[in-house]
Amino acid sequence: MSPSIPGSFYEHTHTVFGHHKSKIFQWIFSIDHKRVSILYLFSMLAFFLVAVGLALSMRLELFSPGQDIMSPQRYNQVFTMHGVIMIFLFIVPGIPAALGNFLLPLQIGARDVSFPKLNLLSWWLYMFGAILAVASLFVGDGFADTGWTFYAPYSIKTGTNVIWALTAAFILGLASILTGINFVTTIHRLRAPGMTFFKMPLFVWGLYSTAWIQILATPIVGVSLVMVIFERVFGVGFFDPTKGGDPVLFEHMFWIYSHPAVYLMILPAFGIASEIVPTFCRKPIFGYRSIAISSAMIAGVGYLVWGHHMFTSGISDMVKLIFSLLTFFVAIPTGVKFFDWIATMYKASIDFKAPMVWTVGTFVTFIIGGLTGLILGTIGVNVYFHDTYFVVAHFHYTMLGGVAFLMFAGFHYWLPKFTGRMYSEKHAIRAFYTVFVGFNLLWFPMFLAGAFGMPRRYFDYLPEFEIYHKLSGVGSWIFAIGIVYMLVTLYRGWRYGEPAGPNPWNATTLEWQIPSPPQLENFGEIPYVDFKPYEYKNGEPVHRMDLSVKEGQGHG
Amino acid sequence: MDKKVEVAYDKEGNAHEIVDFNDDYIGAKIGFWLFLFTEVMIFGSMFLIYAFYLFQFDEAFVTSSGGLNLFLGGTNTVILLISALCMGLSLVKLRNGDVLTCKRYLWLTIVLAVVFLGIKYVEWNTEISHGIYPGSAHLASMGDGAVMFFGLYFSITGLHGLHIILGIGTMLWVLGLIRSQKITPKNFVILENTALYWDLVHLVWVFVFPLFYLIY
Repeated sequence: MSPSIPGSFYEHTHTVFGHHKSKIFQWIFSIDHKRVSILYLFSMLAFFLVAVGLALSMRLELFSPGQDIMSPQRYNQVFTMHGVIMIFLFIVPGIPAALGNFLLPLQIGARDVSFPKLNLLSWWLYMFGAILAVASLFVGDGFADTGWTFYAPYSIKTGTNVIWALTAAFILGLASILTGINFVTTIHRLRAPGMTFFKMPLFVWGLYSTAWIQILATPIVGVSLVMVIFERVFGVGFFDPTKGGDPVLFEHMFWIYSHPAVYLMILPAFGIASEIVPTFCRKPIFGYRSIAISSAMIAGVGYLVWGHHMFTSGISDMVKLIFSLLTFFVAIPTGVKFFDWIATMYKASIDFKAPMVWTVGTFVTFIIGGLTGLILGTIGVNVYFHDTYFVVAHFHYTMLGGVAFLMFAGFHYWLPKFTGRMYSEKHAIRAFYTVFVGFNLLWFPMFLAGAFGMPRRYFDYLPEFEIYHKLSGVGSWIFAIGIVYMLVTLYRGWRYGEPAGPNPWNATTLEWQIPSPPQLENFGEIPYVDFKPYEYKNGEPVHRMDLSVKEGQGHG
Repeated sequence: MDKKVEVAYDKEGNAHEIVDFNDDYIGAKIGFWLFLFTEVMIFGSMFLIYAFYLFQFDEAFVTSSGGLNLFLGGTNTVILLISALCMGLSLVKLRNGDVLTCKRYLWLTIVLAVVFLGIKYVEWNTEISHGIYPGSAHLASMGDGAVMFFGLYFSITGLHGLHIILGIGTMLWVLGLIRSQKITPKNFVILENTALYWDLVHLVWVFVFPLFYLIY
């Protein structure tokens, strides 16, 4: 699966059965957090590409008015599958399970997560859920056509295979809960001696807040999905108005999870930005504590704002007012983070390597996404914009232009740590600009289309909207080319890149103090950590440690 | 199990013990408590839905509650209470080194759990034989409130019953671990977590029982 590097975890592993001869079993049964993370990474990216393909086919359908390449029914299934894959298989598990799993123990000076077997189990559950979701394409009347939100009562009535999709989402939720439990326990128990909470790297803070949301919110959506399954199988009637049930109740239950889930996606991404900014500015981060606490604040406030998804559902005006006000509060901790990053960059001699370029690019796209979020959080405007392309554009600017872009920044930043090799800077920068241009061409016109009244999820549209869909269509191709270009660059870096050495960025956190790629069980010697994670003096890291290898286990 | 203590030294030269993932008693406890939180959230949200519909259909809920067999429900409450006691005693016995009595109490817990399921089966059976089950025409004729009450009743007691079954499975697994010396009087965190789980299952029932049986 990768070039073998002597002494690294690519050579040695623990599996659930102890040592196993088969190379494949050494991967799929490995209980080393680094291998589990790579399993997640590859499966996740595979599904990501599938979902991108589905999105391209939708854009192609919408390129000109009228029916072109698929039927309306098929279109509904395609956007549902795009949503289900992107949300449940890519963006929710993305950063915590793929990057966090690898980096969390390294950054806090631990040898593994608290429950390595549970970690592997959650990947297995993830794969099981994913296969179930994909398999539902071929069973019954095809994939669900409800949208990824599974709104009742339609999800109860439709003839498509909703049950499989719901079960898959439930299992994926379980995988996500297990990851969350594992991370909270690991952070509480396995930090290196001396590392207090306020000496943890900020990525760990992001993961910590995320893990709490996973633990406390995911069960609620889990049980809501189970109730829809009950409805379909047994005809119970919780959300079915013909039996006295209330469909709005489902929306409440669904968004109680799914709104915090938005922050579950963005918080670890913010954590990545907080790692990259000080490293490429060669400065201690401005307002370490405020960034750490704002993560926890966002997680907390995130619970109280679900109602803004339901301004047009017939809830009372007072409730709308309260939810609208609470929604604005989320902007405060988010703003704190942005100002802290910008203050860190102020008067720094910034090294514009690919991870930093991606991060700064994300600031642009996420600010557009965030500010349009404020527009949507305002009741009066929301009633007008509800379920238009404005929402689609806002959502993609925050989730893709925020979470996924920072995830890509993280890929570039940690590639040397994962593989021991460096990507090509020139190609990485070009890939970024391709993606960035494509992205904005793809989604910015949707703000306008939405403001002029183009409803979302529609298979067809009036001729007035054609220009926006044409622009978006072209943007989608540029965007897709850019994504493929970036992945190829990363892949080539991994296979053929220059050796990177343990710390190519002059970074200060613990993971950079050990060889790349790390050895099994990470640290030869666990340090006493009584210093802040980002300490620079005159552009050089203050602490340099040699935690290289364990006795009797050569490296290189 | 012999623990190899590893230390890190701070600037003053004081030694600090490093916690390892392999043998972390407190970590195992924290992890399980977090899992219990998720269970509380699951049942909590179902109780929330119960509250929502109780508010809408309070009269129908009271009437429907009268249709449940209070005696059987009450018996089950007592059985589950005793089983929780047995579970606790088995942990105490194990910690005191009395493995045999520990195993006997565990078996007793399993038997009580099976009796609970048996009584539950009788109850469900009675209701179903009266045509009261989700989706039935008879239930639909009883009005929306009754549909919702019995829908919740079957969902919540069903979910609780599933937890009982999982608990029985876990206890059998624990017995196997005791036999193969993976759980010993010195290393009992799995049994302790199982006992915590059983307490939660019992605690959930303590809420389920009054909500469904006692509002009449």
